[in-house]
Amino acid sequence: MLWKIALFIILSFVSIAGIAFPIVENPQAWYEFPNIPGLEENAKIIFFHVPTAWLTIIAFLTSMIYSFRYLKRKNLDDDAKAYSSAQIGMIFCILATVTGAVWAKFAWGAFWSWDPRQTSIFALLLIYGALFALRSSIESEEKRATLSAVYSLIAFVTVPFFIFIMPRIMKGLHPGSADDTNAGPVVNFNMNSSMLLIFFLSLIGFTILYFWMWNISYRSIIYRDKLNKHLIRG
Amino acid sequence: MFSKAFAVFQKDFHSEIRTRYAINSLAMFIIVAISVILFAVGQEKISEGLTGGLFWVVIFFTAMSGLSRAFVSEEERGTSLTLQLTASPSTVYSGKLIFNVVLVFCMNTVIALLYAALFESFIIQNFLLFFLSFIFGNIGLAISSTIIAAIIAKAGAKGTLYPVLSFPILLPLILSSVQLTLFALDGTTVADAKFELAIVVSYDVVMLTVSYLLFDFIWKD
Repeated sequence: MLWKIALFIILSFVSIAGIAFPIVENPQAWYEFPNIPGLEENAKIIFFHVPTAWLTIIAFLTSMIYSFRYLKRKNLDDDAKAYSSAQIGMIFCILATVTGAVWAKFAWGAFWSWDPRQTSIFALLLIYGALFALRSSIESEEKRATLSAVYSLIAFVTVPFFIFIMPRIMKGLHPGSADDTNAGPVVNFNMNSSMLLIFFLSLIGFTILYFWMWNISYRSIIYRDKLNKHLIRG
Repeated sequence: MFSKAFAVFQKDFHSEIRTRYAINSLAMFIIVAISVILFAVGQEKISEGLTGGLFWVVIFFTAMSGLSRAFVSEEERGTSLTLQLTASPSTVYSGKLIFNVVLVFCMNTVIALLYAALFESFIIQNFLLFFLSFIFGNIGLAISSTIIAAIIAKAGAKGTLYPVLSFPILLPLILSSVQLTLFALDGTTVADAKFELAIVVSYDVVMLTVSYLLFDFIWKD
């Protein structure tokens, strides 16, 4: 219970801080952010865009790990965990695409320009969508679990190509692409320390939120399945 | 092991030669697709880059139309169970893969020849680069299409599900191959194109490994 209250406080603080803290030329107090020319107010979207993209990957990774476990142990609970993780991952993927498009409109002028990293988040959307399409087309429970586990593993193997290799090599607009001369990794760690604080709090808060949502989701799926099979009385 | 896989390939090859169903329908599909593009383009002059992209559009849709037959035909004819009993999963996969690789090479050679004949901007300047990207791209296309065909053969709505499942998996391959085709049309040297070639080759290796590891789970009922 205590950690839920702490999570609520962290996420509220991050939301308020991320939106309301002022952006000034020379930040003096701990709650002021520096002004990056070209971005100004829009820099704050980094507190929400990067965690959603990060969570998409985490959700997909969790889905893959439990798919792998299902293939080893053939326990349908693992399939429920993989499926609920994919559902939450889909939500965060849509959020990451939308926040990225909003940021792109301000920073690059258009909502969508097929930059390699935009293409990769779109590909992730397609992978999640294909996974749900596959699941809905199979009747038998074990077959559905097996085939979606196999597809999840195959799709996960292509994810490193999308996320790590292609955006770095190909020319593009997103930070970290072949054109980008100042930043190496995806996140520029030369951020001002007050921004860095809010950023990491946001990342941690969203990750804990994801695990909480996933936990509730898979437990409800497992209970619903057991009720349907009359293994427990409803 | 290789001779058993070759035997599976020969079985598919002979039944194809007998009916010539796949070859005919794929050949007609290629002609129809290229005709649609030619009619859509009309008298407009299309750039080199656009022609290279359209080349891969036709390749992708022809692959989606024809490559699922390897496994779906087994399910439709009811011979899937017999095949499960007579051969081990990796043998079956190898045989089907060889069949699909041969089919993809034939298909794409025809498409490339038709493109060279019909589109005036499709002039390959660096033939070695085109040849390398052709080989590795085709192998990657065949590998991914075969494993996804195995998945959908066991699922319900086979026809519509196949492109839906294949496209995200094939996307790294398609993006890199389109880039390589553009390089070949432009005349870029192989040394300058080494990153994209490396992506395609590593994609092939990774997908081949993953397919062999996972095929057992798909195949066994």
